[in-house]
Amino acid sequence: MDDTALWIVSLLASTVRLATPLVLAALAGFYSERAGVVDIGLEGKMLTGAFAAAATAAVTGSPWLGLAAAIAASLVLALVHGFACITHRGDQVVAGVAINTIAAGLTAVLSNAWFDLGGRTPSLDSGQRFLSLHFPLAETVRGVPLLGRLYGEVIGGQNVLVYLAALAVPATSWIAYRTRFGLRLRAVGENPAAVDTAGISVTWLRYRAVLITGALCGVAGAYLSTAQGAGFQENMTAGKGYLALAALILGKWRPYPTLAGCLLFAATDALQTRLQGVAMPVIGTVPVQIIEVLPYILTVLLLAGFVGKSIPPKAAGRAYVKDR
Amino acid sequence: MSVSTNTDGLPRWATLALLPAINLGAALVVSSLVILAIGQDPVSALAFMVKGAVGTGTGLSYTLYYATSLIFTGLAVAVANHTGLFNIGGEGQAYIGGLGTGLVCLALTGWPWYAVLPVAVLAGALFGAVWGLIPGYLQAYRGSHIVITTIMFNFLASALMVYLLGGPLLEHGQMAPESREFAESTFLPGVKEIAAALGYRTSTLPLNLSLVVALLCAVGVWFFIWHTRWGFQMRTVGANDAAARYAGINARTTIVVAMALSGALAGLVGINELQGVQHRVTLNFQAGMGFTGIAVALMGRGHPVGIVLSSLLFGALYQGGAELSFEYNEISPRLVVVIQGVVILFSGALEHMFRPALVRLLKPKAPAGAGQRA
Repeated sequence: MDDTALWIVSLLASTVRLATPLVLAALAGFYSERAGVVDIGLEGKMLTGAFAAAATAAVTGSPWLGLAAAIAASLVLALVHGFACITHRGDQVVAGVAINTIAAGLTAVLSNAWFDLGGRTPSLDSGQRFLSLHFPLAETVRGVPLLGRLYGEVIGGQNVLVYLAALAVPATSWIAYRTRFGLRLRAVGENPAAVDTAGISVTWLRYRAVLITGALCGVAGAYLSTAQGAGFQENMTAGKGYLALAALILGKWRPYPTLAGCLLFAATDALQTRLQGVAMPVIGTVPVQIIEVLPYILTVLLLAGFVGKSIPPKAAGRAYVKDR
Repeated sequence: MSVSTNTDGLPRWATLALLPAINLGAALVVSSLVILAIGQDPVSALAFMVKGAVGTGTGLSYTLYYATSLIFTGLAVAVANHTGLFNIGGEGQAYIGGLGTGLVCLALTGWPWYAVLPVAVLAGALFGAVWGLIPGYLQAYRGSHIVITTIMFNFLASALMVYLLGGPLLEHGQMAPESREFAESTFLPGVKEIAAALGYRTSTLPLNLSLVVALLCAVGVWFFIWHTRWGFQMRTVGANDAAARYAGINARTTIVVAMALSGALAGLVGINELQGVQHRVTLNFQAGMGFTGIAVALMGRGHPVGIVLSSLLFGALYQGGAELSFEYNEISPRLVVVIQGVVILFSGALEHMFRPALVRLLKPKAPAGAGQRA
């Protein structure tokens, strides 16, 4: 019994840790896509953020400076995306592919040249990383069955960026549905002509959305290299940006359902490592790849309308032409 | 992304030669800045790259070998583009296509290579076509976004191959996740065999007969897209699918056929990589060639001649980049990925940036705003 409880607590704690970068990146995608700018460049911006954070933290010794560098680097790529898609009305998907490709190449080239560790940055010690925060009384209540450990290891005991991601969900929901900016942001993703007619700049709104996307991707990247990990490795995002995009689609471009999607994907990821080679009752040993591909299959089925229907913002993917 | 736009009156030579040249120039400037940032001399580095890519027989052989795979994936991206689809799944289609080719080579043990080749080509094309056809079907009949679906299919392909190479296809007593070696009779001959026949013994000349297959595919795509009813339908759907429907074209079938053809072309990468060089099914043998096909197709403006030329360029970049990283420890071979990304940015996403300026420059009498299009 106690073993099962321990197993559940460790699964939950690991789910929360794995969900954090997905939540940050998916919310990043939320702003951009709800404003009508498709962003498959989440992956590249995260990767760049991860590198900038680890490199800066390794050199300066401060994870906070690393976080700032990650946000700054990711913002630069977001501006490139905006420049190509909003100013020059370029193809948004192609721009995203370009950003992912540039990020994959540039982080590998720079980490290799600056640190000479075969595409890694130096390992960060505890002072250069975001460490777990210990909640008050965690040791005292540890003995309480299940709840004590839940408090100490799942709700508490995470690093500051996890809580930031958790706060970002209600904050995003509030901004999108309760503020004037949010109303306009959603409007510009559905019907930019109407927003334009109301005398509001479509361009400036979309740029702001893309910049928020950049900032959040930067935080997600910093989380990977300076909180969850202890340094940068080549291609360390490993498809998490695409997975975040899938969670956004699964959540039908709404904050709370997107959070649920991220938690679901993170849970399958956490389960997958725990079920490797484990024989289960009735079905026996399941190849881990089957669990691994569940998020992708779910996304395909959902987009195809076989399991519910996910409809993107109406104007997503299209550049706005003022003088038609 | 549109493949060609002739509504703004830009001369054909400028579209086909000048714009790609400007894009390449911009990519070179950016890569020079990156090399400078590393603290190296860009001119000597780039000169070394050129020498490494085409300066020696071995270098040239590698350049053409990389170019072979890129012709397949570049054509794949271009065929989908002509139909107005962005096939980002060339990577997965190449991977699964290679599985088809590999299974044929594993099965036809006693056969000579010239008998195996047509079967291997068919199997590679068929497997790749299936991996492209499903996203195409979902786009045409279920309204799924082709970009997201093909990304998901890349992950699915990767997981499937990890599973197959870790279990069912794994050679007994083998640690590395790869299949057993194909029978020697099935190996595609290449310049290595020619050199051996002439009395030279070499071990590293990967260029093989699949270059001929790739060039035949380029001719085939040219004929198909511009000289058949199906090709016309694809271009019409790509240009304006509403107009295509009014003209009585079945846009849905056209999309499915285009994606199947696109996947089939990408699926032939395994002919070069597996039957030609590795002689077994290996993990990640396609190694980014599917993604690079996007840059190749954009740079080649979707035309087979342009695609062959830009495949040569990117093949040279791959080979030159590899040589460069041997010479300069500080420069990672991934520099070619940066160049590739910048090319996609300039010739794809920012195609409207240089173009209006060129239109103004080359057509002084054009009325204001003529360079803009929706």
